[in-house]
Amino acid sequence: MDLFVALALQIIYGIANLVLISLGLAIIFGMMRVINLAHGEFLMLGGYTVVVSTNNGVNLWVAMFILAPLVVGLIGVIVERCLIRFLYGRMVDTLLATWGLSLLLIGLVTTIFGAQTSTTISAPFGPIQIGDYTSSGYELFLICVAVLLSLAVYLVLRLTKLGLVARGTMQSADMAAALGVSTSKIYMITFGLGAAVSGFAGALLAPITGVLPTIGATYIAKAFITVISGGAAILAGTASASVLLGGINGIMAFVTGPTIGEVALLVAAIILLRLMPRGITGRFFRKNL
Amino acid sequence: MTWNRENKWRAGLVVLGVIFLFAAPNVFQLFTIINMTTAIAFAILALSLGLIWGYGGILCFGQTAFFGLGAYAYTVAAINFGGSTWAILVAILVAMLVAAVLGYFVFYGRVSDVYLAVITLTATLILYSLMRRTSGPEYKIGKSLLGGFNGITSPPLNMPWDTSQVLFPEHVFYVAMAALILAYILCSWLVQTQFGRVSVAIRENELRAELLGYDIRFYKMALFTVGGGIAAVAGVVFCNGVGRVTPDVFNLYNTALTIIWVIVGGRGTLIGPVLGAILLFYLTSSLGTQAVLNNNLVLGAILILFVLLVPKGIVPSFTEWWDNRRALRTSRRKEVRMRRRRSRLAEANGEAGDER
Repeated sequence: MDLFVALALQIIYGIANLVLISLGLAIIFGMMRVINLAHGEFLMLGGYTVVVSTNNGVNLWVAMFILAPLVVGLIGVIVERCLIRFLYGRMVDTLLATWGLSLLLIGLVTTIFGAQTSTTISAPFGPIQIGDYTSSGYELFLICVAVLLSLAVYLVLRLTKLGLVARGTMQSADMAAALGVSTSKIYMITFGLGAAVSGFAGALLAPITGVLPTIGATYIAKAFITVISGGAAILAGTASASVLLGGINGIMAFVTGPTIGEVALLVAAIILLRLMPRGITGRFFRKNL
Repeated sequence: MTWNRENKWRAGLVVLGVIFLFAAPNVFQLFTIINMTTAIAFAILALSLGLIWGYGGILCFGQTAFFGLGAYAYTVAAINFGGSTWAILVAILVAMLVAAVLGYFVFYGRVSDVYLAVITLTATLILYSLMRRTSGPEYKIGKSLLGGFNGITSPPLNMPWDTSQVLFPEHVFYVAMAALILAYILCSWLVQTQFGRVSVAIRENELRAELLGYDIRFYKMALFTVGGGIAAVAGVVFCNGVGRVTPDVFNLYNTALTIIWVIVGGRGTLIGPVLGAILLFYLTSSLGTQAVLNNNLVLGAILILFVLLVPKGIVPSFTEWWDNRRALRTSRRKEVRMRRRRSRLAEANGEAGDER
């Protein structure tokens, strides 16, 4: 029983982890049809923000919950204004340009902070006991945050004026513009919001993974698989793909070890896309957000 | 195959390549030659991506997957067989097989090109993390340990069917250059066959090609498979030039480089990616000698600038400029000739008028 609880917790954490690392990407992709290859670097910047600010005496929670989303969101807005704005509707070019941006950010951070950063931050919660097994308290905390973050994104998109206008703009930019919405500003805000969520996720994961300029590469494979398997709907897609892929990954990792777990994740995603080329939400939950 | 201007250019390039093949080892030092072998391996890799992206419109962000698989398959097979002859064949077949299977899933699933890019990229990154974890003694294929992070030392090439005669680095250069020239000829021929022309038609307009009765899924998968095979040849040359194969062949940096070579050189040409690879190889190795500018920084800036300002790449932009200039010059010449003729006519008329 204890083993079962510990294993279930591990799998749920795997799912929450996928939700966290892919939600920002899903917002930008789902709303704007822009695949942001610099997503991993947004997460990396979030992690750096936390490490740098806590080293300078800022409270860990302030750094995580306020500074990281703010800084990365701002960077996202700048990127949108200087780069993405010129490439709307040209998906392949956006893909390439954001890849260039990804390299540029890696290079920039390496130049400023060096290729190795030894300063890390320790997880703020100690281990918790489940019968004979111990589990990380911070992982439990991350599961809660992932749920709350998804809920917050849902509420913003569903209930606020901004969410309404943003969804309207994404459905039909011309119509929204005719009704007096500044679509250019909405694109900017949406991109910034996606970047802020990514930065927040990167900050949350920093105590577990540590920070490195190239850490983005470890996130993006999983994030992209999740978002693409999920399909167009932002939350329903991310959640359903995370549950499916995270579950497969967790079970396979438990049975055979972490090496096969990731391969199983990829193979599952490729088979899934063969069956449903437009992702899970291309077929199910189509009307959801 | 017709003897048009493009093919004359291609023939000229092949002749230049052959001259370089025989001249280089006599001119350059051994270190330069060994370095060049690596550059040539990258050029072959760029050529393979140039073929499938530039001519087939297949946006593959994971061409290094086949490159790395070729290198690993060659090394493992050569260790197990004790010779390189069949190992090369195994390397090509393994990469082509993986390309065909992956191609089956993505093309027959009708995944859109942007998704394809992301899936191939992901496949490469997962191979990277998979190979990094294979450090224990339990991870081995036949006699060859996979070696995890440190990789495997690649056995050198030997003369076909004669394992006693091992090739020296300068001989590996001959093999590499010959492989590049042969791959170039193969690609030049392929894009002019019926198969190549249909592939270009699919690149231009998938729906139209399909309505004309071509099975675009099959054509794309076949082209993708050929590209995978050529990338595997590049991998074999690479691991012979460097002497070992590590998981780094799959890492994000190399994957990005491959894309940048093709973007810089130009899509829709074959020599463009080759030039792009060689140019950037020497640029990045000269950047490695100084500490001010980071490689990633420069490459990122190059990629962004090319996407925004020179989206076609160097070679197509250059030929376009050249053609425009020539067209302008001939039209100007024609105009001058016309004007001359007109004034002569007017003169003659005027004279006739005077007489009257």
